[in-house]
Amino acid sequence: MLRLIGRRLLAAIPNVIGIVVVTFILTRALPGDPAAFYAGPAATQEAVEQVRAKLGLDQPLWKQFVDYVGDLARGDLGLSISTGQQVLDEILRRLPASLELTLLGLVVACAIALPLGILASTRPGSWIDHACRLVTTLGVSLPIFFTGLLLAYVFYYLLGIAPPPVGRLDSMYSPPPHFTGFYLVDSLVAGDVGLFLAAGKQMILPVLTLAIFVLAPIARMTRAAMLGVLSSDFVRTARASGLSSSTVLYRYAFRNAMLPVVTTMGMVFSFMLGSNVVIEKVFAWPGIGSFAVDALVQSDYAPVQGFVLVMAMLFVAINLMIDILYTAIDPRVSIDD
Amino acid sequence: MDHPVPLLSVESLGVEFRTRSGTVHALEEISFSVGKGETIGVVGESGSGKSVLFYAVLGILDPAGRITGGRAVFGGLDLVRASPSELEAIRGREAAMIFQNPRVALNPIRKVGHQIEDVLARHTSTPSAALRQRAIEALASVRIPDPERRYDAYPFELSGGLCQRIMIAIALACSPSLLVADEPTTGLDVTTQAAVMDLISELAHKRKMATVLITHDLGLAAEHCDRIVVMHAGHVVETAPTADLFAHPRHPYTARLIATTPHGTSDLRSLAAIPGYLPDLRRGDLPACRFSERCDRFEAACTERPLARLDAGQPHSVACRRPL
Repeated sequence: MLRLIGRRLLAAIPNVIGIVVVTFILTRALPGDPAAFYAGPAATQEAVEQVRAKLGLDQPLWKQFVDYVGDLARGDLGLSISTGQQVLDEILRRLPASLELTLLGLVVACAIALPLGILASTRPGSWIDHACRLVTTLGVSLPIFFTGLLLAYVFYYLLGIAPPPVGRLDSMYSPPPHFTGFYLVDSLVAGDVGLFLAAGKQMILPVLTLAIFVLAPIARMTRAAMLGVLSSDFVRTARASGLSSSTVLYRYAFRNAMLPVVTTMGMVFSFMLGSNVVIEKVFAWPGIGSFAVDALVQSDYAPVQGFVLVMAMLFVAINLMIDILYTAIDPRVSIDD
Repeated sequence: MDHPVPLLSVESLGVEFRTRSGTVHALEEISFSVGKGETIGVVGESGSGKSVLFYAVLGILDPAGRITGGRAVFGGLDLVRASPSELEAIRGREAAMIFQNPRVALNPIRKVGHQIEDVLARHTSTPSAALRQRAIEALASVRIPDPERRYDAYPFELSGGLCQRIMIAIALACSPSLLVADEPTTGLDVTTQAAVMDLISELAHKRKMATVLITHDLGLAAEHCDRIVVMHAGHVVETAPTADLFAHPRHPYTARLIATTPHGTSDLRSLAAIPGYLPDLRRGDLPACRFSERCDRFEAACTERPLARLDAGQPHSVACRRPL
């Protein structure tokens, strides 16, 4: 298992190098001159050049790149010129907010999609099968910003039963002492149930939005995989052996159907990280997605590069986790492959 | 081989499948019986309904399939009217089934030892501490070398022959009184086929277990079975003791089937193919005798209902208006 992890991490190195190069070039190729932006609209040409020299942007591109890589090697993602903060600190501070949202969204989606897919597969053509089809069709056809705005409009503005979309906590509360950065966990660690509920309430709408977005692929894959497995020879053997229907369904069919579902979940998790950019804007969530968008608008290179790099690392980590899960479920996947 | 009270007695069983392209009349008026300890062969070409017949009897029909009528009495209980949980309790304990292509008929991601344990835990009151030992004994009983080590193997690590032995071990773990072997040697290489068949025959005799061998290979059935049931297009057309059937086939289909079976002395030219195909079982106008359109002894009365009936009282009976 350690060999698998080591091998995967080694294999990820070329990817990360590629990402470093591409994000560096892409950010430079974007329209907009950061020096002019930060010098202000009234600045003289001289002042702009001063800012440019201060930011190091007067150097040739290869020199900028060497400096950037040198900083990266020391674990320095640079300074954000708009906030004056260390990018690494900012990202580490904001990452838990995004992860908490994403993980919870995935958990909620699975909690709905897996039973829905299983029930639909065991009763093809029944009302639950049609419900599954309806939900998956809605899920794929609704764009995520639309779902988010719709939920906020209906449940906050019209019905008034959801809290306002103002971020992780209502202004009446102050965040729990930092432990994991996940407010739900930290508030419980601090023993503050009121804070836990307040943080949970803020999460309902964004989590629901993300869950609706990813429910569809998971439910569809679960249904399809279960249908395939349920008509397979070994399930017939299990039934012919008189194993109880719950044993056949879960121990025999579902565990086999998990394989494609786990793959889908890895893919879906990546989608979710990407769509956080939108969700965080809609719900004023202080995660890394909204941070990156703000930086991008302001031609602030360092945070954008840092964001893309962190995302790339997350993708590598997720794929590794999926592979480990796979070997745990399926003995046919050899660790040495 | 007459038994006063058969172990399994199927009477007038009918099965149909609802499909998008119409209702398939898969089985009609199926009657036969299996005596205690008897080995019978169920023979017919692909699509004749051999496997479906036993899926229906054991209650593992596809959801699209439906039993339209008849009885299947096994040990005093009519399996057609039994509840799903009664059927579950019988399957694997009283009546077990093994299948073709053993490498895909076992759960690919579960250790074979655990698959045997699942059946033991379901049907016997073996304490869980003793399950492992019982499973290893079951592996040893089908002569799997080094059973302690094989216990931890996954199906993909074993050969087809070993997988079929594992299947047999699973099926026989609870000492059933009936074993249905559905093309057990299909998908195995030739040398393994003989070994697997010999193993099944030997275990059946030793345990006095009734065995149904479903096969399209008349030669294989002749070698291992006391009695043969010939099926064609969802009908039982003839049933007779093996020697009698080969010496005096009475149904034209049986006669042709025997003529198409190669044996030592026959050369290629003497092997005759049966003309035509199985009729489309979705047709609404199926003739009473479903072989009539392929038969050279056909006369108008052959298509008239009721069906020519087998005489269940006789050891050799045939469903034909113009038997040979």
